[in-house]
Amino acid sequence: RSELSLAAFALLFSELVQYCQRRVASVAELQARLAQLGHHVGLRALDALVARERPGRRETKVLGVLLFVKGPLWRALFGREADKLEQANDDDRTFYVIEREPLVNTFVSVPRENSSLNCAAFAAGLLEAVLGASGFPARVSAHWHKGTTLMIKFDEAVIARDKSLEGR
Amino acid sequence: MSQSPGRKQENHKISRELFVLTYGALVAQLCKDYEKDEDVNTCLDRMGYSMGVRLIDDFLARSAVKKCRSYSETADMIAQVAFKTYLGVTPSVSCSSATGNEFSLILDKNPLVDFVEELPAERASLCYCNLLCGVIRGALEMVHLAAEVTFRQDRLKGDAVTEIGITFLRKPEDRKHKRN
Repeated sequence: RSELSLAAFALLFSELVQYCQRRVASVAELQARLAQLGHHVGLRALDALVARERPGRRETKVLGVLLFVKGPLWRALFGREADKLEQANDDDRTFYVIEREPLVNTFVSVPRENSSLNCAAFAAGLLEAVLGASGFPARVSAHWHKGTTLMIKFDEAVIARDKSLEGR
Repeated sequence: MSQSPGRKQENHKISRELFVLTYGALVAQLCKDYEKDEDVNTCLDRMGYSMGVRLIDDFLARSAVKKCRSYSETADMIAQVAFKTYLGVTPSVSCSSATGNEFSLILDKNPLVDFVEELPAERASLCYCNLLCGVIRGALEMVHLAAEVTFRQDRLKGDAVTEIGITFLRKPEDRKHKRN
C-alpha cells in the first residue's frame, strides 16, 4: 500500500489554493475552482479504487454507496474513515459526511476576511464526482459545522429509484 | 482503532493516489489556463520552487541528517533520503562531469506519472514533472547551494529513462566545499 508524507501533499495543496486564489475574485469562485479540481481527482480515484477493491460489483443502493464513501473511499484517499455519516431529519435527499479535522485542511489557516472559505470544497468536488460517476448524481457542498460537513443532496430521481428498489 | 479526542493529527501519511491525482489535476488545470508548454513548465517550476523552500524544513526536521560535505554527498542525500521520504522511490545517482558538480538522477519508477500513459500530441514539450525540478532547486537554495535542475530525459517524451540533471553552481568565494 503506498503512502506518502502529509507534508508533501499539504504543500502541493497549498500551491494549488494559491494558484486558484490568484485567478479568482471571490471566495465563492475560489471554492468553485477547488471543487473543480476535486472533481478531476474524484473521477479517477473512483476508477482506480473500484477496479482494485470491488471488481465486478457496483453499488445500487444509496446507503450502500454512502457507506462505501465513508469507509473504503475515505480510507483509500485520506488514510482513515470519515468521522460520521448522518441523514437530515426532515429531508430524505440530504445526507452529511462529517469530519472533525479533514486532511486537506490540516495546514490551512483561514484569514478572518475570508472566513467562509473552506478548502474542503476540494473534497466536496471529489465526492460529487464519485457519487455522480457511481450513478447517484448529487450536489455536494462543504460547510463549517461540527468541524467540516460535506452536505450531499441527491437528485430526486435517485431517491425515487432507491425507494422503488426497497419494495423488492 | 479509535483516536483519543484532542490528540493532534499524528497520521503523517496520505495515500499516494491522492497526491498523484491531485498533481495531475493541477497540471490539467495549468494546461487549460496556459496555451504554451513553456508557460506551463515555468509555472510548475515556480510552484515547485515555492514548495521546495518549505519542504526543506520538513526534511531537515524529519531526517536529522548531518551536513553534507560535498556535492556528491548532497546528490546522494537527495536521491536516497529525500526522494525516498517524499515519493517512496530511490533514483540512482551518477556524476556526469569531470568537475564533480554535475549529477544525474535516473528515475526508474516515477510515481507522479502513475496514471499518465503519454503526453497528448499538442503538448509534446510539456515537462509533466517539472515541479520536481523546482522543489529540488528551492530546497537546495535554502541550504545555500545554488543549482540548476532540469529534466535531461523524459520517458513521457519517448526517451528510454527519466533523468533529472542537477548542476551545482560553484560560487567563487566558496572555499569550504573544496573537499570533493
